Amino acid sequence: MSSLGRQHPLANVDWLTVLVYGVLVIFGWMNIYSAAVVDTHPNPMDMSQEYGKQFLFILISSFLGLMVLYMEGEFFNKFAIYIYGLFILLLLLVLAVGTTVNGAKAWIQIGGFALQPAEFAKIGVGLMLAKYISNTKAKFNNWKTRLIAAVIIGIPALLILVQPDVGSLLTFVAFILALYREGLSGNVLIIGLGAIVFGVLSIISGFNKVNYPFFGEQSGVFILMTIVFIIGIVFMGLIKNFVVPRNRKKLYLITILSTVAAIGFSFSVNFMIDKVLAKHQKTRIYVTLGLEEKEEDRSEMSGDSETAEAADMVVKSKSDDPGYNARMAKIAVGNGGFFGQGYRQGPMTKNKYVPERWTDFIFSVISEEWGFVGSVAVIGLFVFLIVRLINMAERQRSQFSRVYGYCVASIFFLHLLINVGMVIGLAPIIGIPLPFMSYGGSSLIGFTLLLFIFLRLDAERLSVFR
Amino acid sequence: MNLDGRRITIILIVCVIAIIFVIRLFFLQVVNSTWREQATALTEEEIPLYPPRGIIYDREGRMLVTNQTVYNLMVVPKKVQPFDTTSLCKLLRIQPSDITALFAKAKARGEYHRPQLLVEQITPADYAAISEQLYKFVGFYAESRTLRVYPQSVGALFLGDVGKISPSEYKANNYYTKLEYIGKSGIEKAYEEELRGVKGIKYAFRDNVGNIKDQEGDKEDKAAIPGIDLICTMDAELQKYGEKLMQNKRGCIVAIEPKTGEILAMVSAPTYDPNLLVGRVRGHNFNVLTNDPQKPLFNRATQAQYRPGSIFKLAQSLTALSVGAITPQTRIHCNRGIIGCHGSHSYDDLEMAIVHSCNPYFREVMHKVVEGNRDPKSRFRDARLGLEIWQEYIKRFGFGSDLHCDIPGVKTGNVPGVEFYDKWYGKEQWAFSTIYSLSIGEGEMLVTPLQMCNMACIIANRGWYVPPHTVKQIGIGGKPKDDFLVRYDLGIDTAHFTTVVNAMEKVLQPGGTAWRAAPKDIVVCGKTGTVQNAGGKEDHAVFICFAPKEDPKIAIAVYTENAGFGGTWSAPVATLLIEKYLNDSIAKSSESREKLILDANFLDR
Ligand SMILES: [Zn+2]
Repeated sequence: MSSLGRQHPLANVDWLTVLVYGVLVIFGWMNIYSAAVVDTHPNPMDMSQEYGKQFLFILISSFLGLMVLYMEGEFFNKFAIYIYGLFILLLLLVLAVGTTVNGAKAWIQIGGFALQPAEFAKIGVGLMLAKYISNTKAKFNNWKTRLIAAVIIGIPALLILVQPDVGSLLTFVAFILALYREGLSGNVLIIGLGAIVFGVLSIISGFNKVNYPFFGEQSGVFILMTIVFIIGIVFMGLIKNFVVPRNRKKLYLITILSTVAAIGFSFSVNFMIDKVLAKHQKTRIYVTLGLEEKEEDRSEMSGDSETAEAADMVVKSKSDDPGYNARMAKIAVGNGGFFGQGYRQGPMTKNKYVPERWTDFIFSVISEEWGFVGSVAVIGLFVFLIVRLINMAERQRSQFSRVYGYCVASIFFLHLLINVGMVIGLAPIIGIPLPFMSYGGSSLIGFTLLLFIFLRLDAERLSVFR
Repeated sequence: MNLDGRRITIILIVCVIAIIFVIRLFFLQVVNSTWREQATALTEEEIPLYPPRGIIYDREGRMLVTNQTVYNLMVVPKKVQPFDTTSLCKLLRIQPSDITALFAKAKARGEYHRPQLLVEQITPADYAAISEQLYKFVGFYAESRTLRVYPQSVGALFLGDVGKISPSEYKANNYYTKLEYIGKSGIEKAYEEELRGVKGIKYAFRDNVGNIKDQEGDKEDKAAIPGIDLICTMDAELQKYGEKLMQNKRGCIVAIEPKTGEILAMVSAPTYDPNLLVGRVRGHNFNVLTNDPQKPLFNRATQAQYRPGSIFKLAQSLTALSVGAITPQTRIHCNRGIIGCHGSHSYDDLEMAIVHSCNPYFREVMHKVVEGNRDPKSRFRDARLGLEIWQEYIKRFGFGSDLHCDIPGVKTGNVPGVEFYDKWYGKEQWAFSTIYSLSIGEGEMLVTPLQMCNMACIIANRGWYVPPHTVKQIGIGGKPKDDFLVRYDLGIDTAHFTTVVNAMEKVLQPGGTAWRAAPKDIVVCGKTGTVQNAGGKEDHAVFICFAPKEDPKIAIAVYTENAGFGGTWSAPVATLLIEKYLNDSIAKSSESREKLILDANFLDR
């Protein structure tokens, strides 16, 4: 490839990204240990426990990541279509022979381990999109290109929808962000996407009653409106300072209109829900958004109560309070305070209040034990990683690498958005993992491969002209 | 198409989301404390540590009230695993049906996961055998509890009882939880704060299914402070003897050490064994005692309000002497026209009038006190002025007050005054002739036996008293409450008492109304009374006394309801108690009197 012959494969690898990856993985493992530790099995490498298994997954991931780094980037370009096809096959296979967990037929049982093909499918879609766009020099102003891109994303998405695994499906929205970078018109998509996200946010914040100073208990939607208003003001300021005067007027108008539209929209969404919909319709929406739980979930949870009035209290709160998971997560997060309760000291964590705390709710453990400081640090690391990946994607000479890089960044972003948003009560309860940190072999290996393929491509950026 | 700006847009979206998250986290974790409060409420368990309740001893150091640990055998039906039913039933001495019935009941109540009480109050001896085997039966466990026990079985109302806190008690005091026990009467109530000690707190954690875990937290445990032991004023032997003498009778005895105000014995008959109101039998026995027509739970010594009868003539004498209405030499004709009398006398001086309990004499005495010609223009206004003075004197004896004593629920009685009669008859509508029955302790005057005994103390002390009380030492070697180190001086000249004391001495000498009750070798000063009561039943027999005459050691008041003549039925009780207290034994010469009293039965009257 290189005129100077092959460089050492690990030369030019972006080690800073690897470092951030390592920090997240190790920190995640530490918190999995805290969340899942059993007194009789204190060894963090005990293979009978989640933390031991996660240690194994880390080893496997490291090995596979390293392997990817030693491979040739060309391989992923050449075989993109086969990789894509392989994962489609896996998705078909899971529908045929998969095991059902939590209502989704999403797992292929191999020996003691379960494989979740949906976690890997994203890699295939990312590679395939990159291949398609770079090969055809596709332009997103024609319908054919849009349609083909939609099909590439749509086939695995459809198979995942059949499982059904709404969480994984939702992360496929990430590819739209990547396509946007490649020329897909932003307006319609952004507005549509924005409306969905904002509508959901409005319903959630409207569902929560907040005690305001001076106004007493009111719908939480007013906080959302205030935030929108503040963002509007910030944008006005940004426009004033960073945009050339002749463009300002138009942008001012857009900002004002969209701010007013957003506030009006969130108000009318809540008005619809409160005043127009019947109670059962309203409840259905809340349940869909994870604000209230389905009946069967409730009875399942109240099953194993044991002693005393205290148990009654908790059981009662479990069965009577439809938002139990969301509430417990929020209490755990709030209990962290500024500096946190200390590692392995979180009362909500070690007393098992938050369900699924080492998988989807790992962020609640981080928040309780490491506090605001730790939570912000983790969010900061992710933002750093995502922004760095975007900037790395931009420096690619090869369009294939760039598109793939954007896909990777977007996928991490969407996982962060939905997972953390869920834990801190800004998004509905949708079960997807926090990349690198949640317990789970499929997700850790999947995310590792996703990232390291891009690191491989990036390491070769100077020697390829695709 | 220029797409360079889109990188910025995407980065901006990421940053805006991140900022929203950080703001949200800031509100959740830093600004809003309600989440932290909820976490504390959910996860923290404050386990109260109950200190042992203080022990009560009598004045001689005999243990009257103590604590006993018993064990309740509990079971959580949901946790039970298959077990050897026969051996468990044998161990606990129950039937298999007891267990199945309990489980069925728990299921019906929806308490299958909650601890159920299987066997109550297993003694430590029995429990020792059970505890060795209990590990074999998963889901079964023992819980220790302490009970009050009364080794001497005396002084039920004196000592009081402990029971579950009532809603009103719970509301009135923020120390207790709804499930705690609290002193309900007697010393247990009056000295609740001393006896209970101070609860400690053990901080533990509760997991999501309610299991309590002893984890290290950031809150320091607080040790419980044990309750303070008390030495009460009771002489258990005297109390026991008093209760025995009062068997088959309704009435009461109060015995006080005059110098200190210490209550040596306080009997309210019929009496009952305090151990009846403890533990698993408490509920049942409480109902039985409450519904008993003889009202054993009613403390007659402090709560019964009787008309004082002839005994009141002592207070009348002292009042009249003090205001100068009479002198010891004042003689008055026994004019039985207005008010009856008994015995053969016609023109007594004060001393002999007391000995004979001459009604016309004391009618005239009070007449002189009340109508002292202080307002010559109106008989009515004169009586008002006079009664004002009279009432003020009578109140000095502690009548109409709770005597500042430490017994819960004492009644104050009634000393009618101007206000009372104005209300009754109208202002200036009454004179002495309207109210003269007061003069011999009848009429609207009401006193408690405790107040009567206190009057005996005042006379024994020749003019002062210490508020009667039940606890001598708070903490072994400690002091009583400050209130009981104070003397109340009546401000009546000591000399006036000499006449009254001499007369009381003669009451127990041949010719006196209680001469038959006099013990050998002890000079007892007393006064009999016979209180008429409505309903045509037999009179109440009343007697107060103190002994010895010089440097008195004990003052006693005895009420025997519907027994008849005070000298016959109450005086022997008092003198037997004096003998017991001063000599530690009953002389041969007194045995016939003892038998007479023990055999007497007035319950059916
Ligand atoms: Zn007479």
